[in-house]
Amino acid sequence: MNLFRKALQRSPWVFHVGTSGCNNCDIEILDCLTPRFDVERFGIKLVGSPRHADILLVSGPVASHCKERLEQIYKEVPKPCLVVCVGVCACSMGVFKDAYSVEGPPDRVIRAIDPEATFVYIPGCPPRPEAIIMGIVKALQSLDGKVS
Amino acid sequence: MDNVGFYITTFLFFPGILFTAVVGLVFQWVDRKVSARLQWRKGPPFFQPFYDVVKLFGKELIVPRISSQTGFLLAPLIGFAGVALVSTILWLTNLDPTRTFVGDLIVVFYLLILPSLAIIWGGTSSGNPFSAIGASREMKLILGYELPFIISVLVVAFKLHTLSLGNIILIQQAEGLVIGNISVILAFLVALVCAPAKLGLPPFDMAEADTELMEGVILEYSGVALGLIKLTQAMSFFVLTVFLSIVFLGGLPLGGIHLLWSLLKVLALAVVFILIKNTNPRLRIDTAMKFFWGPMTLLAVFAMVLAYLGY
Repeated sequence: MNLFRKALQRSPWVFHVGTSGCNNCDIEILDCLTPRFDVERFGIKLVGSPRHADILLVSGPVASHCKERLEQIYKEVPKPCLVVCVGVCACSMGVFKDAYSVEGPPDRVIRAIDPEATFVYIPGCPPRPEAIIMGIVKALQSLDGKVS
Repeated sequence: MDNVGFYITTFLFFPGILFTAVVGLVFQWVDRKVSARLQWRKGPPFFQPFYDVVKLFGKELIVPRISSQTGFLLAPLIGFAGVALVSTILWLTNLDPTRTFVGDLIVVFYLLILPSLAIIWGGTSSGNPFSAIGASREMKLILGYELPFIISVLVVAFKLHTLSLGNIILIQQAEGLVIGNISVILAFLVALVCAPAKLGLPPFDMAEADTELMEGVILEYSGVALGLIKLTQAMSFFVLTVFLSIVFLGGLPLGGIHLLWSLLKVLALAVVFILIKNTNPRLRIDTAMKFFWGPMTLLAVFAMVLAYLGY
């Protein structure tokens, strides 16, 4: 199992879920994937299907119509997987706090269906690509229990 | 039947599953590293493909409720077994060209299609509409590239009057490379263009089309099954370069200084595929069909006519 964990740390495939943010964090996530930042150095790869993913990159507060989709996508990901909340809205709702059309941050929505889920928070509006890469790397280290 | 043990060992270790898997993954690293350098990136570390496969083997395997489970789970195994078997045949013939049987070229043709057929079976069993579209594209693509590919290899068989791989190697080692003839040069060009389609590499990756069909045929796969499919793709890349070097470039002798020359042959072929992959956008399926059944088949037939006339 140790070998598997080591391999997982070096080969995180991410799936990008936009839960109705303002698109700013989404653009920063795409910036991460450009040759300038070259996330393939860490084995990070953007995949098109949640079935191939190890990490869900969730950006934005969860709007009412997105709640069902986010739950479904989380169930589709093979475990073990991590959820990374990108941006201040996904961490703590940001300006959308107490708004009538949102269901709460992604961690609350996902914890409702899977209390065991692991979360990593990357604050910022939007977070810089360096911060996103660092967040993912720390998330992977947390699998070993190095970072709490 | 007394040497069954020998064949089982060759199939499992060298030059079967283990050897092909390791070298295939090294080739995938070469692919990703060269692609990265072409895009002015640093690229992945050497063990990256190994990490990917080990990770996929450890993940959860999800079988969709609406899928046909037998086909969904059996298809990756069949593709994997097919590519391992073709590698075993090719390497046994390459190491000892006298250990050949009549018509093993035809057997190799059939086994090389097996991974594509398996992936079509798996894609259609998964019950996902995107996979179904991908599988139908893969099917059309097979119909497209197989014709020029087979004709181009048959040019060599016709030129050397043999259908066995061992004789192809022996005659080329005795009388010089067959690529010296103009007909074989044309056939080699056709085979070089058909090979990326056989491997599902861009510009012929419309069956997987990650930006359009979300990986198409392999969309619903996860865990061990996905790992096997990725491993099969990596192995096919290596096996096809070996096949082309045996047929067109006179085999891969491994003794002494020949080892370096053989390594250069397979790596050069691989880099040609990588360059084609990185410099061409994806074709539409109908364009690809027209391309293969039009110019490519005509060129292959032209090469055949030239070979018949003795050029």
